[in-house]
Amino acid sequence: MVAAIASDHAVRGSTLTLREVSHSFDLEGQPLPVLDRISLQVGRGEFVALLGPSGCGKSTLLRLVAGLDTPTAGSLLAEGREIEAPDPSRVVVFQDPTLYPWRTVRSNVALGLEARGLLRTHGGRIEDALRLVGLTGFANAYPHQLSGGMAQRAALARALVNDPKLLILDEPLGQLDSLTRIAMQAELVSLWQRSRFTALLVTHDVEEALLLAGRVIVLSDRPARIKAEVVNSQPYPRHRGDPHFVELRREVFEQLGLDEAW
Amino acid sequence: MSSVIDEVPRPSQKSGFGFFESSTTRSLIGGLSVAAAWLVVAALTAFWPDKPESDWTYTGSFAIACAVLAVALALAAFAGVRFGAFQRLQRLSPWLFALALFFAAWEAVTAKLGLLPLPFFPPPQAIVEVVIDDWGRLAEGIFASARLLATGYFLGAAVGFVTGVAIGWSRLAGYWIHPVLRFIGPLPATAWLPLAFFVFPSSFSASIFLIALATGFPVTVLTWSGVACVKSAYYDIARTLGATQRFLVLKVAIPAAMPHVFVGLFMGLGNSFAVLVVAEMLGVKAGLGWYLQWAQGWAAYANMYAALLLMAFLCSGLITLLFRLRDRLLSWQKGLVRW
Ligand SMILES: Nc1ncnc2c1ncn2[C@@H]1O[C@H](COP(=O)(O)OP(=O)(O)OP(=O)(O)O)[C@@H](O)[C@H]1O
Ligand SMILES: [Mg+2]
Repeated sequence: MVAAIASDHAVRGSTLTLREVSHSFDLEGQPLPVLDRISLQVGRGEFVALLGPSGCGKSTLLRLVAGLDTPTAGSLLAEGREIEAPDPSRVVVFQDPTLYPWRTVRSNVALGLEARGLLRTHGGRIEDALRLVGLTGFANAYPHQLSGGMAQRAALARALVNDPKLLILDEPLGQLDSLTRIAMQAELVSLWQRSRFTALLVTHDVEEALLLAGRVIVLSDRPARIKAEVVNSQPYPRHRGDPHFVELRREVFEQLGLDEAW
Repeated sequence: MSSVIDEVPRPSQKSGFGFFESSTTRSLIGGLSVAAAWLVVAALTAFWPDKPESDWTYTGSFAIACAVLAVALALAAFAGVRFGAFQRLQRLSPWLFALALFFAAWEAVTAKLGLLPLPFFPPPQAIVEVVIDDWGRLAEGIFASARLLATGYFLGAAVGFVTGVAIGWSRLAGYWIHPVLRFIGPLPATAWLPLAFFVFPSSFSASIFLIALATGFPVTVLTWSGVACVKSAYYDIARTLGATQRFLVLKVAIPAAMPHVFVGLFMGLGNSFAVLVVAEMLGVKAGLGWYLQWAQGWAAYANMYAALLLMAFLCSGLITLLFRLRDRLLSWQKGLVRW
């Protein structure tokens, strides 16, 4: 079923380059620096996780990558071209699912295809995406009839139908129970392996970052700087009990300043 | 009759009171007492002679109408035992009973005892008389009012909606329209009445303008506020998925604003009723408002009550219709108020 979404995918994911990206907000006249000279190079089809304390600026960074905001300083490039505006090749799964309450789950998932006029030709993907996230039985439900986790899965499906070159995930599994979460992590990995899009994942969960990503970027407290980078080149599927995995996890916790707990 | 009652299922039968506790039996008794009440109204009208020197020609007809209603209610009560559809009538029983009491009292103090001064307080049969004798003109009035109202309301709602979306969406439109709206909008539409009747070629077109104005202002303001209140996250989502400006307006801003728009449509409808009646009374020589005015001029108070009654049916019917439309279009919302 994953194959159907990924099938017509000849082009692999896009590259992403961040050059000295800084961003600050204006908070009651005072500048609030949020990002501090972030430089990052993400290769084609790479899976990178961003890990950092709450409020450090992860979502802000993702909004810049999506093209929803422009940075105060520095530049962002996708496929070598400056990111100036949102583009359907870069799809975001926001931290808050924000489904449209006036649309059913199916028609929420159809949003991207409808916006680009692809409903007629690519409509079949909708059912595939719904099946992938386990919401087939709720296709005709309205968002107020869903649980928080189901809404989040619907938001994931809404992103996946668009066959993105860069998938931007902002804690997409945050509200799921641990069992569903593990299943969805496995689905994400296999989807990514088949479609080979580039993935940028923000998460609070160290294990999740290490299970999914090839590279984990550890960010500092606000304003966020890149503190460390942990590479995990283990093959998939990865196992939490694996000694090398445990070692990597310890390393990341150490970078987060939690080494004494382990 | 006892056999019917015997057959009634009694789900909550308890000791000796089981008979009264069965809800079906209770609704049957309720329905029959309502029928009996209406029968009393009929009998009171028919057998208690009208006050001497009065000549109400339709006293008998009114009595027959009440009797027919009583029979119909009794039949419905029996039907309710067998058919669920009639059981909904049961909810109305207290109201139907109270109405019977009201009509009995009305009949007694007017036609029978003559306690209330004439011609200001005619008996019910006088209103029956008007409806039967003057139905042609009343129907014409309803038709004229409905046509005027519908034209003005749809025009006002459409213009208001488009204007509201424009102000909410475009900065330029907001810059130019907002001050005008703020300055002129709060002015009651009826204040334009003398000017409108003078500027427009006909009183009909002037009235359409006034009704449209009264409808348009609340629809504009609420559509605008609805569009302005749309969560920016809704736009972010659509933009990252490749939405065009057109898509953002038509598929995001407008549906998200619909609950507000409906509040505006309700307010506009209320305003339009007020303007309709005033316009008909002062300028248009047709419609229920004009009929009211005419009846008052001839001291035909029964005609006035009949017209008022019809106007109440018209207005409340339209409000109900709008509620139905909203319930259908906004079924995705939780906790809608039922009308
Ligand atoms: N629109 C805004 N205006 C002003 N300040 C903002 C705005 N958006 C975010 N911030 C501030 O920027 C900082 C970083 O916010 P951001 O949402 O990026 O954090 P985060 O790393 O995603 O946190 P979390 O993990 O809790 O989601 C916060 O201190 C927040 O107050
Ligand atoms: Mg965040």
